[in-house]
Amino acid sequence: MYELRFDEDMCFACGTYDCLVKCQHLELDPEMARIEIEKIIHSEDSFVLHDCVTCYACEEYCPNGNHPFYLIVQKQEELNISPLPEPLIKQGVQMGIPFRGEPEIQEINGTALNMGVFSQLTNRVQGRLFEGLTIMSDDPRKMFHYFCQLMYLHYGKTSVINERLKKVIDTIAAHKVTEVVHFHDECFGTYTSYAPAFGIDVPFKSIHLFEYLFNKLEELKSDIKPLNYKVAYQRPCSSRLSSDKHRFVSKIFDLIGVEPVDREYVDENAMCCGATIMGQKKEGSRQYCAEIQRKNIEDMKSAGAQICVFNCPACMQTLGKPVGKTGIMPLFMSDLCRLAIGEKVA
Amino acid sequence: MGSIYNALIEIVGEDYASNRQEELFTYSKDLGTSEPQWPEYVVAPKTTEAVQKIVRLANKEKIAIVPLGGGMTLAGLALPLKGGITIDMKRMEKIIEVNESGRYMVVEAGVSQGKITSYLHKHHTHLMHSETGAPPAATVGGNLAIHGQGDLAHPYGFNSDMVNGLEVILPTGEIARFGSCAIDSGWYTMHPLPDLGLFLGWNGTTGIITKVSLRLFPNKKIREMDLFAVENEALIPEILYELTHVGFSEDLVAFSSEIPPMMNKLHSISIVITGDSEEEIEFKRHLIFDVKLAKYIRSGVGGIAAVSQDRQRPQISKSADWKKGGGFEYVGAIMPVSAYPECYRRGAEISARHDIPYTVLGRVIGSSHGMMFSWSYAFNRADPETVRHAREALHETDEQVMELNGTIWKPAVFGQKLMMDRMDTNTLQLMKKVKNLLDPNGIMNPGNWEVGQ
Repeated sequence: MYELRFDEDMCFACGTYDCLVKCQHLELDPEMARIEIEKIIHSEDSFVLHDCVTCYACEEYCPNGNHPFYLIVQKQEELNISPLPEPLIKQGVQMGIPFRGEPEIQEINGTALNMGVFSQLTNRVQGRLFEGLTIMSDDPRKMFHYFCQLMYLHYGKTSVINERLKKVIDTIAAHKVTEVVHFHDECFGTYTSYAPAFGIDVPFKSIHLFEYLFNKLEELKSDIKPLNYKVAYQRPCSSRLSSDKHRFVSKIFDLIGVEPVDREYVDENAMCCGATIMGQKKEGSRQYCAEIQRKNIEDMKSAGAQICVFNCPACMQTLGKPVGKTGIMPLFMSDLCRLAIGEKVA
Repeated sequence: MGSIYNALIEIVGEDYASNRQEELFTYSKDLGTSEPQWPEYVVAPKTTEAVQKIVRLANKEKIAIVPLGGGMTLAGLALPLKGGITIDMKRMEKIIEVNESGRYMVVEAGVSQGKITSYLHKHHTHLMHSETGAPPAATVGGNLAIHGQGDLAHPYGFNSDMVNGLEVILPTGEIARFGSCAIDSGWYTMHPLPDLGLFLGWNGTTGIITKVSLRLFPNKKIREMDLFAVENEALIPEILYELTHVGFSEDLVAFSSEIPPMMNKLHSISIVITGDSEEEIEFKRHLIFDVKLAKYIRSGVGGIAAVSQDRQRPQISKSADWKKGGGFEYVGAIMPVSAYPECYRRGAEISARHDIPYTVLGRVIGSSHGMMFSWSYAFNRADPETVRHAREALHETDEQVMELNGTIWKPAVFGQKLMMDRMDTNTLQLMKKVKNLLDPNGIMNPGNWEVGQ
């Protein structure tokens, strides 16, 4: 089985312990952080393993790219410290089981769009921005064959990811793709961060959706009419695995003429949507989730956002409606880009 | 035969009476596993008077009549087991009156659940009725004739407990009214007049319901469905007990199914809560999840699977897709809530024996006074072998219900017999006397609730 490539010496020598010190959800000073991370490395019980809200952010905070979050999740599993109640774990693990037959493999021989488990969202990838880009599978019955499995980081279950991921990679590779644009950056993070961290081979190149959109918008630059909206971006947890691609958010905003609002929960300090915190076992999780959602939306509102842009369908499902109730329009990034080139979105 | 057909045409007009095979074919089947039963005529009256004339004609000709609503029972209850005239009530669909302050509405019995929902949504946004889990084409009269329940069963009980008045054509053709409407005082209450109780739950064997006064209830501005999941089915009764103690839910349903895999061997409780403000909703969420259910979450045996979801009505009909060919039928039974674990286990066993993915559901009625538990069995309409399996599974389930001291809800003839075999002799004889008194010619939906000697 695959092993996490975690450099203990690098971690001991860190000095900043930013992974825990910068955590928005736990209070640790550098000395406490050092003690706790050492406990975690040595497979000893640590309150961090119990109280982690699994927001992925420590992957970004780590100055050494040493995968502290993967380590935390692995140790949660090893020490049987489950962030979620058992029925939710079982439900989640069973959710990823394909049950509507085998995938229909068509050779693509080029660049393809991977919808992951969001085949029902193909209406979000329409128009000129996506012309010529073949969707690998748009059949919702088959989508679990393309499920990147990374969600199980929220479940304290790297074993499930490691057990299933190779087959998913093989399914994608069977399409003979050379490059894959991933609709969801959770998939992008799987193939560019998680898989290498665990030594899992990925025989195709992954392209982040925002990078793809930026490049397409560059091609269609003459058709862009500045939208002049004030926009907040709801950064998803999985974007922490590809923080080098986060710059494409502002690059796209510049290109399409929208103004990112000046707010507290932005960039490194972005607040997660709370979807997984809601069900956590730790006492008070539901209320804590409701509170950070309230603060997040209030932050967008007070900053004057007219639109909240999403990448992650789960964030959209969690926050789309409450954001909309405050008068801020929730939109996927792809739809915002389509508006900029004069297309209508459903 | 020709004279009956002509008489029917005279009553309802040529467009609404038929003896043509292609139309009788439609009325010979329902959506469940029952074998086709052909009527000789089908007629669709528009008025109470027309129904009255049809009933009188049937008495004169000694021909069976079967009132039909939406035809959604799945159990063959509106199939003409002994031929005769199927009376399709769907043209009697007028909404006669909505009394806002008294919170009731008077409707013709053929009106569909969907029409009522739509009408209230449009014209009386802060009122609602208890809509069944059946498709919207199910009618009010049909639902009352089988003692149906709906999505307000937890706070208010059976739909047949929500009746403020009835108009019925008796089997001998007289029109009778029950409740305050009987003394011409309006349609606002069924009580305190002497209880006659002769028509609800009788499957149309004692008369044809033509008008109903239905209670309506407050419809709050915000409605959401939350889901709580457990793995151990033994926890369901106590969790439902806790939730019914809080009493904030509009609808409480526990369910489990083999497909999709995420539901397999897990049990979800859908908790519908409503409020006129976000504060009201959050207050209810707090008491439900942070107070009543907190111990299950902390110990890891239960978890909040979703909150703030758009409400979905129970959709056990989705299970029809688990076998190709789109068929399903279920046994519903009124059970003590404490029986949930055993109901689930036995249902899963029966399903496994017949190679059908299990689908079970228990909807709370009242404050855990009971639940309607359903075992659903999918079959392929084009594959007689799967139909046979489903039918056998249904019969086995009926027997299991009796073993578990349950009461089969809207039983097919097989289940009716099981219950009558166990029924107290005096009760049975009273049923027989009532039936003979009301229906001396035995014309009303014969074959159903037939008490032997």
